[in-house]
Amino acid sequence: MLETTYARAGSVAEAVKLNKAGKGEGKYLAGGHTLIPAMKQRLASPSVLVDVARIGELKGVKVTGRKVTIGAATTHAEVAADEKLRAVCPALCHLAGHIGDQHVRHRGTIGGSIANNDPAADYPAALLALDATIVTDKREIAADKFFKGLFETSLKDGELIKAVTFTAPAKAGYAKFPNPASRYAMAGVFVAGQKDGPRVAVTGAGDDGVFRSKELEAALGKGLDASKIDGVKVPPKGLMSDIHATAEYRAALVKAMAKRAAAATAS
Amino acid sequence: MAKVSMTVNGRAVSGDVEDRTLLVHFLREQLGLTGTHVGCDTSQCGACVVHVDGKAAKSCTILAAQAAGSTVVTIEGLANGAELHPVQAAFKEHHGLQCGFCTPGMIMASVDLINRVGPGKLDEKAVREGLDGNICRCTGYHNIVQAVLSASNAMAKGGKGKAKAKAA
Repeated sequence: MLETTYARAGSVAEAVKLNKAGKGEGKYLAGGHTLIPAMKQRLASPSVLVDVARIGELKGVKVTGRKVTIGAATTHAEVAADEKLRAVCPALCHLAGHIGDQHVRHRGTIGGSIANNDPAADYPAALLALDATIVTDKREIAADKFFKGLFETSLKDGELIKAVTFTAPAKAGYAKFPNPASRYAMAGVFVAGQKDGPRVAVTGAGDDGVFRSKELEAALGKGLDASKIDGVKVPPKGLMSDIHATAEYRAALVKAMAKRAAAATAS
Repeated sequence: MAKVSMTVNGRAVSGDVEDRTLLVHFLREQLGLTGTHVGCDTSQCGACVVHVDGKAAKSCTILAAQAAGSTVVTIEGLANGAELHPVQAAFKEHHGLQCGFCTPGMIMASVDLINRVGPGKLDEKAVREGLDGNICRCTGYHNIVQAVLSASNAMAKGGKGKAKAKAA
């Protein structure tokens, strides 16, 4: 790991100020379970690491009616175990409880996951399907406009995610086929039954990161009937081919995971 | 360089570290607590698992500076003098190790799992899922799972070391 400077922030305002001192080379650090491994491999070498993990205003899950707000520094383990959230959106608890392993879930955060936007991370699929809003220190960004491609988001330099908000849909489900070594999704599908129809988001499979599947949304309809996916052709065009799977194999996985996710919305 | 202070195995410690120093290196090289191992160094194997503020965490993926102010427990902090922690005793009893390299992380993860779910409340599936962040290249896991189940049940019956285990 190359040299860096560590600074712990006590508030959002202080974090933003500390990051500015990094002159564009600063990074926010929460769980650090992607950033620190990347730094060890010298894929990242931030001049300043601004630790935001202990900022109180970034932590915790709030549920009011069906309106959910999750602080950016809330860990996967905390999301997975939150009973208020489970009551309105159990699919998101299920998703959070299957990220990485338990040790990772104790440290990794929702804000860190979406800011990194790994093309195989779980949360981007959920936020896109849940039509979530990403709240930063400067503005509110719709999930549709937030995820921009591989490891790319619409966040500006030094912009800090404060929270994620969404209205819990009546039904939602998530299923993923994890890579057996990394546990990242080789295909993960989040299905949410929104008022104006289903939103189906796919992670792990797209050549350009998380995306919505028009084919699956059209097939599922408002009933979220898993059997209607049988006749769908998921096109391999635009899907990832790598040492783990071809685009054609991933297309088959997307379909299979979509069926499981849709079936899970019934439970 | 920065001075970091934390509580390790019940003892207040401090040391001067580079900002990039990993917690595992602080524990091993500055405190001499070499029970915590570095296996893969890519955050996958779990050999470096310790407890940070009561939760199992990979000390190779946490900066010492991040842990400043925290309470850390390592494998050296489990036993009560010569009396092994129930999970340590069960690993010995059930041959839950061969080369032993993964064992410190495996035991710290197991103690965390039993504390989190509750002693006596684990079944085989839950143990296998709960330990999926810890890799063992020798045992084939069978005896590790037996050891954790045995320890979990012993702790539920109030076996010796229960209070200590809860604190860890």
